[in-house]
Amino acid sequence: MAEQQPVSTNGRAGGDDASNGVLEKLTDDQLRWIYQIMRRIRRFEETAEEAFRAAKMRGALHFYIGEEATATGVCAALDDGDFITSTHRGHGHCIAKGARMDKMMAELFGRTTGYCGGKGGSMHIADIELGNLGANGIVGAGIPIATGAALGSKLRKDGKVTVAFFGDGAGPTGAFHEGVNVAATMNLPAVFVCENNQYGMATHADFANAAPIHNRGAAYGIPSASIDGNDLFEVYATAREAIDRARRGEGPTLIESRTYRHKGHTVLDQKNYRTKEEIAEWVARDPIERFVRAVNESERLDEDDFQAIDGQIEREIEHAVAFAEASPWPTVDVIERDVYVE
Amino acid sequence: MAVTTPQAPAPETATREIFMSEALREAIDEEMTRDPTVFVVGEEVGVWGGAYAVTQGLLEKWGPDRIVDTPIAEAAIAGLGIGAALTGSRPIAEFMYSDFMGIAMDQIVNQAAKNRYMFGGKAKLPLTYRAPFGAGTGNAAQHTQSLEAWFAHVPGLKVITASTPYDAKGLLKSAIREDNVVIMFEHKAIYAMRGHVPEGEYLVPIGVADVKREGDDVSVITYARQTHHALEAAEQLAAEGISVEVVDIRSLYPLDTDTVLRSVRKTHRAVVLYEAVRFGGFGAEIASQIQELAFDDLDAPVLRVGAAHAPVPFSEPLENASFPDTAKVVEAIRQSLQGVY
Repeated sequence: MAEQQPVSTNGRAGGDDASNGVLEKLTDDQLRWIYQIMRRIRRFEETAEEAFRAAKMRGALHFYIGEEATATGVCAALDDGDFITSTHRGHGHCIAKGARMDKMMAELFGRTTGYCGGKGGSMHIADIELGNLGANGIVGAGIPIATGAALGSKLRKDGKVTVAFFGDGAGPTGAFHEGVNVAATMNLPAVFVCENNQYGMATHADFANAAPIHNRGAAYGIPSASIDGNDLFEVYATAREAIDRARRGEGPTLIESRTYRHKGHTVLDQKNYRTKEEIAEWVARDPIERFVRAVNESERLDEDDFQAIDGQIEREIEHAVAFAEASPWPTVDVIERDVYVE
Repeated sequence: MAVTTPQAPAPETATREIFMSEALREAIDEEMTRDPTVFVVGEEVGVWGGAYAVTQGLLEKWGPDRIVDTPIAEAAIAGLGIGAALTGSRPIAEFMYSDFMGIAMDQIVNQAAKNRYMFGGKAKLPLTYRAPFGAGTGNAAQHTQSLEAWFAHVPGLKVITASTPYDAKGLLKSAIREDNVVIMFEHKAIYAMRGHVPEGEYLVPIGVADVKREGDDVSVITYARQTHHALEAAEQLAAEGISVEVVDIRSLYPLDTDTVLRSVRKTHRAVVLYEAVRFGGFGAEIASQIQELAFDDLDAPVLRVGAAHAPVPFSEPLENASFPDTAKVVEAIRQSLQGVY
């Protein structure tokens, strides 16, 4: 088993927009992709919220707004064939892994053209072909599945890496311990990415976890890192190192990405557990704005680049909603279909 | 549903008798040979050879990349199976005792069973869970339960169990080849039972019951070890001229209702026999199907024989008295036949 070692040094203040040389290593296409993904996530969710409030969809929506840099930075470091497991707050992971927003929107609308034909909804979108092994309605449950995907890759020698995304709310679960411990004992190609967005519903991460989650790397004898999850470049650099390490057969890494959800737990939120000042403080550290500032300062992309991407995304979003609204509802004859492979 | 009885062993191999544990091992070994993506994962499956010796010798033959020992971590074992199955492997994940599946319940019930459906039919989970269950070993309340009804209740899972080495091998091979999640419950008290298992390839299809003894007066519908109590009861009563038919369902889900109903329509009487706690057990489902679908054919109420409503006690006389045995089956058959014989 590998000795514990820090994956990245974390000496910078949270508000620092300098990319520590990471930006320079990314191509213009990568920068465009990153911006596009983060903006897609934000606009997809803003649009979904409008549709929800207009009673065009039902159920629960868990917004990722404010956390875009984590999914995007991690997935930017993954290869197309790599796997992820996701969470109930999964739209961001899904989009960052390459999902189509029209099929996602149609799923949120419960229509046949959705990713799951309307059987899954927001909390159960998967795209196995893209390597997205699924969002998950059970907190922590994706972790053992990610460990299993990583075991499969090790046994099949397919060279793939699996990332388990989970929140601070999964820290206290048994699934976290079982999944990470087994991955460490078997030296599996897995990266465990805790998105510490500070709250599980109204419960603060520090209340729920006896000690910082990244401390647990030492307990499992694996490297761990605590990073500014709103700094795309730090997320990317840390994930890159952990993913490369996993791909080299050197075992799993635990990354705690400190971030914040701007929105409530769901569309319905008690709004009684955090202050306006706290929210404003984090909104000021918006990951997309920070990314744009850093890129602007580097003079790598210009306003036209950003506007072109924004315009494209607005067209995608318009199409996604129109596609979802125009798509047929499922017919009841499918209720007992797809329970088994026939 | 097509209904067939298993092929009789070919004459030249009919003499080969092996233990049920060996039959299961052969199934695993043959399927590992046939498909390089098949692997075994679980607690003590490697060096130890499996708590009930089913995987004995397989680590030496296949190495640690095909026979994967895990720490004590049932949720992880269940999840290892799911993740590996979703990404292109065909795992056989073993729980040391079915009682321990409680720890893995979320992974089995909320993840494995539902992934395909939730994901709109796009996921495929070629995953077999194996789990020893049942009583008769003096292992008390946390190592002796029959919890199969929990799993048969969950759409997305298939649940099978065998009463003979022949069925055990054929069913497990079918399970491993399934692109679905199949839970094979293996009765601990009959791992060391010997029976005919022909050399060479055969499968026992999932979802097909087997009439283990034909009879005319009453049908005993059962599975796993209790099949043998039913057969003993049938033998005893035959001496009195009572003809008992024994149906081994072999598969709880999908349930071969056709074979059950055909038997009941012939005998007009049914005793449902199972080793789980009688109240709320899987036998209630069988009894309910019989009365719904063959009410007019019945000459007597459908009876159930099951275990006491108590955790399994340790002390031998208590354990024995908690579960169905041949005498209790005989008694139930007589009750069903009351007024006839």
